[in-house]
Amino acid sequence: MRNDWYDLFSRGARDWLRHNDKVRDAVRQHLPEALAGPDLMTGSGPKGVQVPLKLLEHARFRLSSEHGTTGAGQGPGQPGDLLHSPYFDDDENGAGNDAGDITLLMEFAIDEIMDWLWEDLQLPELEPRGKTALDDADLVRAGWDKRGARSRLDRRRTVKEAVKRRAIQPQAPPFTNDDLRFRQLVPAPRPVSSAVLFFMLDVSSSMATAERRLAKTFFFLALHGLRRKYQRIETRFLAHAAQAWEFNEGDFFQACGMGGTMASTGFRLAQEVLQQRYDPANWNSYLFYASDGDNFAEDRAATEVLLATLSRQMNYLAYVETLPGMPRLVETEMGRLWKEHAQRGLPMSSAVLVEGDDVFNAIRHFLVQQAGT
Amino acid sequence: MNLDDYTARLHALAAELGLDYYPVDFELVPQNFMLEIAVYGMPVRMHHWSFGLRYIHQLLHQKMGHSRIFEVMFAGDPCHAYMMERNSLAENALVTAHVIGHADFAKRNALFSRFMGMAGGHILEQSAARAHQLEEALLRHGQQAVESVLDAALALEPHIDVHQPLYRLPYPDRPSKSALPDGDPFQQRYKTLPGECPSLPSVPQRHRIPPYPEQDLLWFIARHAPELQDWERDIFLAVREESYYFFPVHACQIMNEGWASYWHARLLREADFLPPELYLQALRTHSDVVRPYGNERQLALAINPYHLGFAIWEDIIERDGLEAARRICAEEDDFGFIRNHLTARLAEQLELFSFQARADGETRVTSRDIHDVHEAILGPKYNYGVPCILAECMNDDFSLVLRHDHARDGRGLDLAPAAQVLEYVVRVWRRPVMLHTVDFRGTPRTLQTTQSDAVRTSARPA
Repeated sequence: MRNDWYDLFSRGARDWLRHNDKVRDAVRQHLPEALAGPDLMTGSGPKGVQVPLKLLEHARFRLSSEHGTTGAGQGPGQPGDLLHSPYFDDDENGAGNDAGDITLLMEFAIDEIMDWLWEDLQLPELEPRGKTALDDADLVRAGWDKRGARSRLDRRRTVKEAVKRRAIQPQAPPFTNDDLRFRQLVPAPRPVSSAVLFFMLDVSSSMATAERRLAKTFFFLALHGLRRKYQRIETRFLAHAAQAWEFNEGDFFQACGMGGTMASTGFRLAQEVLQQRYDPANWNSYLFYASDGDNFAEDRAATEVLLATLSRQMNYLAYVETLPGMPRLVETEMGRLWKEHAQRGLPMSSAVLVEGDDVFNAIRHFLVQQAGT
Repeated sequence: MNLDDYTARLHALAAELGLDYYPVDFELVPQNFMLEIAVYGMPVRMHHWSFGLRYIHQLLHQKMGHSRIFEVMFAGDPCHAYMMERNSLAENALVTAHVIGHADFAKRNALFSRFMGMAGGHILEQSAARAHQLEEALLRHGQQAVESVLDAALALEPHIDVHQPLYRLPYPDRPSKSALPDGDPFQQRYKTLPGECPSLPSVPQRHRIPPYPEQDLLWFIARHAPELQDWERDIFLAVREESYYFFPVHACQIMNEGWASYWHARLLREADFLPPELYLQALRTHSDVVRPYGNERQLALAINPYHLGFAIWEDIIERDGLEAARRICAEEDDFGFIRNHLTARLAEQLELFSFQARADGETRVTSRDIHDVHEAILGPKYNYGVPCILAECMNDDFSLVLRHDHARDGRGLDLAPAAQVLEYVVRVWRRPVMLHTVDFRGTPRTLQTTQSDAVRTSARPA
């Protein structure tokens, strides 16, 4: 087809893209509501998530049609005849009066969502430790430009430029705007500290599909967000039921187990890994733990001791309790324990996940609140 | 013979039959371009996201085979006609004849001539030039700024006063006083009657803007918005001028399509140079275009303007002859055309009826009375098809008061979109804007927007 070129200049397509941009902006401003529905991890591969959205409407003044509409038609029939009944859904109706609601299935790149979500979040209580590096941006001088803030004017360079110009121009003015040179700043990554994240999931049989989904969504968002912000971050993935295992990342999100809950096994494994590999003098360490809050009563003492130890060795411990559906009235074993520790001033915090929205709130809760202190 | 030959011979035949029109530029364009012309209303028009929305709707419609656009014609001097290059030769021969019919109509009809007299015969070029200016404004002022002006201007697009000229004068400085303030002998005598107190020195009437409720909202905002920049005013006036151009197209749609259909049928019938098989194909297309029902069922809840117009013109010409039809063509618009020439007999023959559809979808035939049918056909065309909103007054703090003339429209406004439109408007008016109307129950409602509300995003995800 020799008219293929035309599509490149299509006005309609350009305006359609602009419409989509506006939808995107609107989603961005209402991110948790818009993203609560879809399954972030298994939605459509690792790259993006698809969200069904309604089209925007360019409003105009129009008369209310609350009482129905009138119109002219053509065909047989007597006054009073029923042409279309609300109780029969015949698609073949000649009216075609509504074109049907078109919904837009818009794909958002995970990266993009993370950017929006993580704009103002950071790891809590991050301290400079050790030699290996987490990047933190710093502004350094790099090069010159003809434009810039006045305070960054480089007089020496400017004079040099003026001298060069005057050398080749007869009757040249002493200075022109073209001579001005300003020092430029660029952000350069600066290694500050190193960090390790522990993600720990309760995979006992009481963690049903809904619970696991909430927990994994939380881990997924936290992990990807933190990875984006701090490129060189170490991650360890642990799971426990009545005993504990370590996984690699891919298996971790698939993991499911059986049997009762012994939370202390998980914390013990975390502590072992921490001691073997990550010296607290050199490493910032964080633990994110998700569970439904049940734990064997005989395990209580061990868990308490381990948590207390961990909270002294680690920068921060976050706990999400997955209670899909109605929030429980009675406090769970683990929830109580966590709150007690938090009240004693240990760097621990907990949140309850009831539905998808809460995941975002929990992340904000952990990362913003702590960053402020 | 190819299309060019047919076109030349059709022109000759049209001249023989007494058709009179400005020259027509025909152009064969790809399907997508055709689609965009239909969506934007112009081949090159300003960008706005709402067009993108219509574009996608139209694209889906076309993909589903609901509609197909054969031609779009723009009246002017010369006229421009765009035809789909994928049409068959027979279809394009038919379309050519159809366009000649439109061109004849546009030159004859008084409403078309009046608006062409005001806007000039070069609307396409002007519109393209303005689109270009807007691109420049976009670079200079940023997308947000341009878009918020366009949001308001396009939302108010049909709110013009077609009885005023396109280039209208500002309001008179002072309300003109009655010619003789005191000099009228009768007044003098009246004042000297016993018991009459001397008239108070008349307080100079405060200068009201607008002096009377103003219907042309686009003009009023362009002229009187307190902080409107020049480039923003240009956008309002551009939208207004295009709106003036579209008005006759809107107000004469049934007549115009009917007239063009009558002439394409007649020109092809009398074109003895067309090979018979081509004529047969064209005839099949013709009957597709002017059939009343969109699908197999023998019932339509909408009127096909091609079909209705064609039937009325045939009826007129059969009864009163071509000269009478040409006179009607010159003098009427759809209102006169339907009311005077859609007779009870014809309506019965065409099985026209009026219906009412309740909000839950229950639809019943209401009447076959000819007056009801007239009103049902013309109802959506009153006042350019939009509610009658008037700019009532501008307060001392420059806040704007709009009033919806609900008595005239017989119904209240749909409040949610109205509030949204006010948000568009307040961003260019830059002072509080309020609107008096009634809701669907008839309870008076006042919508009010101040600028801080409008800072919010123009859209929420559903």
